[in-house]
Amino acid sequence: MIAEHVAFGIIAAVMVAAAVRVVTTRDIMHAALYLVIVLAGVAALFLLVGAEFTGITQVLIYIGAVIVLFLFGIMLTRSDFDQDEETDHKRKFPAILTALLLLAVMVGALVDRFTDVKLDANLPGGQVPQTTAQVSDELFSQYIVPFEAVSVLLLAALIGAIVIARREEGG
Amino acid sequence: MLLNEMLLLGAVLFCIGVYGVLARRNGVLVLMSIELILNAVNINLVAFGAFHDTVQGQIFALFVITVAAAEVGIGLAIVLLLYRNRRSIDLDQVDLMKG
Repeated sequence: MIAEHVAFGIIAAVMVAAAVRVVTTRDIMHAALYLVIVLAGVAALFLLVGAEFTGITQVLIYIGAVIVLFLFGIMLTRSDFDQDEETDHKRKFPAILTALLLLAVMVGALVDRFTDVKLDANLPGGQVPQTTAQVSDELFSQYIVPFEAVSVLLLAALIGAIVIARREEGG
Repeated sequence: MLLNEMLLLGAVLFCIGVYGVLARRNGVLVLMSIELILNAVNINLVAFGAFHDTVQGQIFALFVITVAAAEVGIGLAIVLLLYRNRRSIDLDQVDLMKG
């Protein structure tokens, strides 16, 4: 499947370039917009491996909700600081070193274990999409308790965010 | 498609996110870097789910997405409070508990 490889290569290159811009750009608004590209790339990858429901959810929740939340956060905290003077060298180099060491360890482990393992090796007929029906069957039977717990967590986070961010009475 | 392509991409995104968390001083940018890390994890979960032909990878990714949304809400509320109290979201200035 050459087309799959080409599609993956393009998506991956765009994602990595955008991710690097997210962590290096000076303008915080640009960082948020580059983050959109990375998140869209992740959604495209999910669709590429047949995880349709997760891909759509990624678009709805991340690009739809989280990015809007970020933009609000940026606009509400506008200050002289958004042109981020940023990263005096005494912290930049240790950070690069840490990230590169981590990358070396992970790439070493992955190459050692998973070289030439095909993504659809377990499936005789090649890659089959994991349909939304399968996901919902599993989610609402085996994983119903964590599902309910997560909904309570979301409610708690909602109330917590309001309590933290509102202005004090008369303050 | 090879499994390793997805896993290596996840590793690269994860490390970029780690660099962002360590090097950035702006609170909102640190939260964005954390999103990068969580997305790298999601890529791995979905890739292994597809590899083992189960939907459990997708379900775990869905839980991660949900928890990440909650985390961003709380995180931005904290950054907002920080801005309101100090007129700045420079994390280097948040050193009240520094020994």
